[in-house]
Amino acid sequence: MQVQSMHFKRNASAKLNDAVLQRNMQKAKGKFVDGRAKAVSEVENWEAIRTHAAALRDQCLANLDAYLLEFEANATRHGAVVHWAETAAEACDIIVKIAKENGVAKATKSKSMVSEEVNLNERLEAAGIQPIETDLGEYILQLAGEPPSHIVAPAVHKSKEQVADLFVAAHGKPRLTDIPAMTREARDALRDHFLTADMGISGANFIIAETGTTLTVTNEGNADMVTTVPRIHCVITGVEKVIPTLEDFATLIRLLPRSAVGQTIANYLTLTTGTKMPGDQDGPEQMHIVLVDAGRTKFVGTDMQDMLRCIRCGACMNHCPVYQNVGGHAYGWVYPGPMGSILTPTYVGIENAGDLPNAATFCGECQVVCPVKIPLPDLMRKLRERQHDMRLRPWSERIPMAMWAFAAKRAGLYAFLSKWGARVGSWLGGRDRLIHSLPGIDGWTQGRDMPAPEGRTFRELYVQRRDKQ
Amino acid sequence: MSARENILARIRRQQGRSGPTTAEEMALVRANIREHGVGPKPLAAQAEDSLELFKRECQRLLTTFAEVDEATVPHEVARYCAEANIAKSLAGWREYSHLHWPAAGIDYAARAANKDDTVGFTGCFCAIAETGTLLLLSSPDQPKLNALLPETHICVVPKARIVPTMEDAFALVRTEVGEPPRSMFFVSGPSRTADIEQTIVIGAHGPYRVHVILI
Repeated sequence: MQVQSMHFKRNASAKLNDAVLQRNMQKAKGKFVDGRAKAVSEVENWEAIRTHAAALRDQCLANLDAYLLEFEANATRHGAVVHWAETAAEACDIIVKIAKENGVAKATKSKSMVSEEVNLNERLEAAGIQPIETDLGEYILQLAGEPPSHIVAPAVHKSKEQVADLFVAAHGKPRLTDIPAMTREARDALRDHFLTADMGISGANFIIAETGTTLTVTNEGNADMVTTVPRIHCVITGVEKVIPTLEDFATLIRLLPRSAVGQTIANYLTLTTGTKMPGDQDGPEQMHIVLVDAGRTKFVGTDMQDMLRCIRCGACMNHCPVYQNVGGHAYGWVYPGPMGSILTPTYVGIENAGDLPNAATFCGECQVVCPVKIPLPDLMRKLRERQHDMRLRPWSERIPMAMWAFAAKRAGLYAFLSKWGARVGSWLGGRDRLIHSLPGIDGWTQGRDMPAPEGRTFRELYVQRRDKQ
Repeated sequence: MSARENILARIRRQQGRSGPTTAEEMALVRANIREHGVGPKPLAAQAEDSLELFKRECQRLLTTFAEVDEATVPHEVARYCAEANIAKSLAGWREYSHLHWPAAGIDYAARAANKDDTVGFTGCFCAIAETGTLLLLSSPDQPKLNALLPETHICVVPKARIVPTMEDAFALVRTEVGEPPRSMFFVSGPSRTADIEQTIVIGAHGPYRVHVILI
């Protein structure tokens, strides 16, 4: 997907004024938030599980090279071929080459955010290979020619009417708006593709060093078809996804579906290790695993490494007041919400996505709900500092910040300025005690009024009350 | 230098380590793996009777179940198919082909399911009480597609094969099978999607119905 994150402000404004999107987003919000809250409340020792999960992810990251080598050795032992890609283009080259060498005409895909990251579908099409997205949400978006707006529920921004129109155009059948009937229509449309594809492409929620296993977590069952039926199975995943053992997967899977959609378990967990064994009636003859860097190692060993613990549940965006209002497309790349505000600037360059770490209220909810305790607000703050140090913030922000810093370091000056600032603010508030516009910094008051200060500062009130006693 | 070497070297450089990964580092990682450390489990999964917990979790997932003797499995299948109004024609695993299917009026074909089959019949390696989950391992006589392609999946679960948690299931795989087979397939209820307006629909690409027969 092409990076559009430099246009965040413009895109966010457009999304706020998009009535259909606003209605669709409001519908989804409660389902995610309430669903997670209920599922988590049923697990008394949720915190202990989170702590254990964060620690096991950290342990892996601290020895990432060794765990990757162990994974590679075990996957190879079971007949898989492990490929390494430093960049998005390399990852696509590898998969296109495998497809061409094996005369692949059609590839079914189960949902993979890494494949969105590297523009795999575009590259396959350019090479004359037909990619078919089989996750219902991704299928809808492939018909619409749009990128996903959420990492778990990619078509969350679409209404059923919008989907119905896409289905009429694609399937040429009478228009349905009953959601179960629409789902059946998509199932029927995809059946033959599942059974006739030459290659199945899946992502991996985790890869397991102990056994060389890759695994997918789905509700629809599409990943199981994709990894079982075609003669070639190709996995594309990030280098940070490695975990030590099957037991570690058991821990993480207690967190992932509960955090993502409020389910105790996803309907299908598909753990695949190597190729079809002698006598097996199903399973692929070739298995390829493409381990992608494409920016991930930039986090390793830095003060941002915690981000690599991410298990892609989407809870941070579901609970983010900014995401809930602007939706995923405004963020301009594959990963929206708080996690995207950290991943995107690091992967594609902070100069291309400078607004993202600033698009946060720092309410802290993302960190509270993160199943692996990533300190998302802290990481966004670090990116803001980095932007400041790199002189990437505009003068209109840098000068006031410098002035504030100058005053804040001088107690007497700060007391004097805040005393008069409070009085001016109080006067500006007028009779309704609201400031409707602030000349020069009217970004604050364009969409809302600012409550006026009461006229005196905390320091003044403190001195006054102390003297009374 | 290849992409592989570059990526591994970058990881090490950023972590302040020089040279390639050492034998000691690999030994440390392997030792950690061999420990198979187990994390905290939900308290509910430890306290309760596994069979009762399994049944309750099945209900949450909309998996139906019945408890019968092994010999009466065909009759239970016939009853279920009649109730659900589906054809009494099964594509099933070979290991259950010896049951008295014709006596129950059922046409049992011991083979992998294809796209025209409406009912798939399987056993399982074991089942997990904590989440109402069935674990199927791939093998020549246990094709996975029988649990995936048909609209109805019927699965036999011996009560003695219900383990409390996923960790117990993995331990069982290690002791009874050793190396993991090509596919370890965990099934928890019928397939579902909520991709249109976050409305849950039962029956996406996998089965619409999962019926467990406890023996």
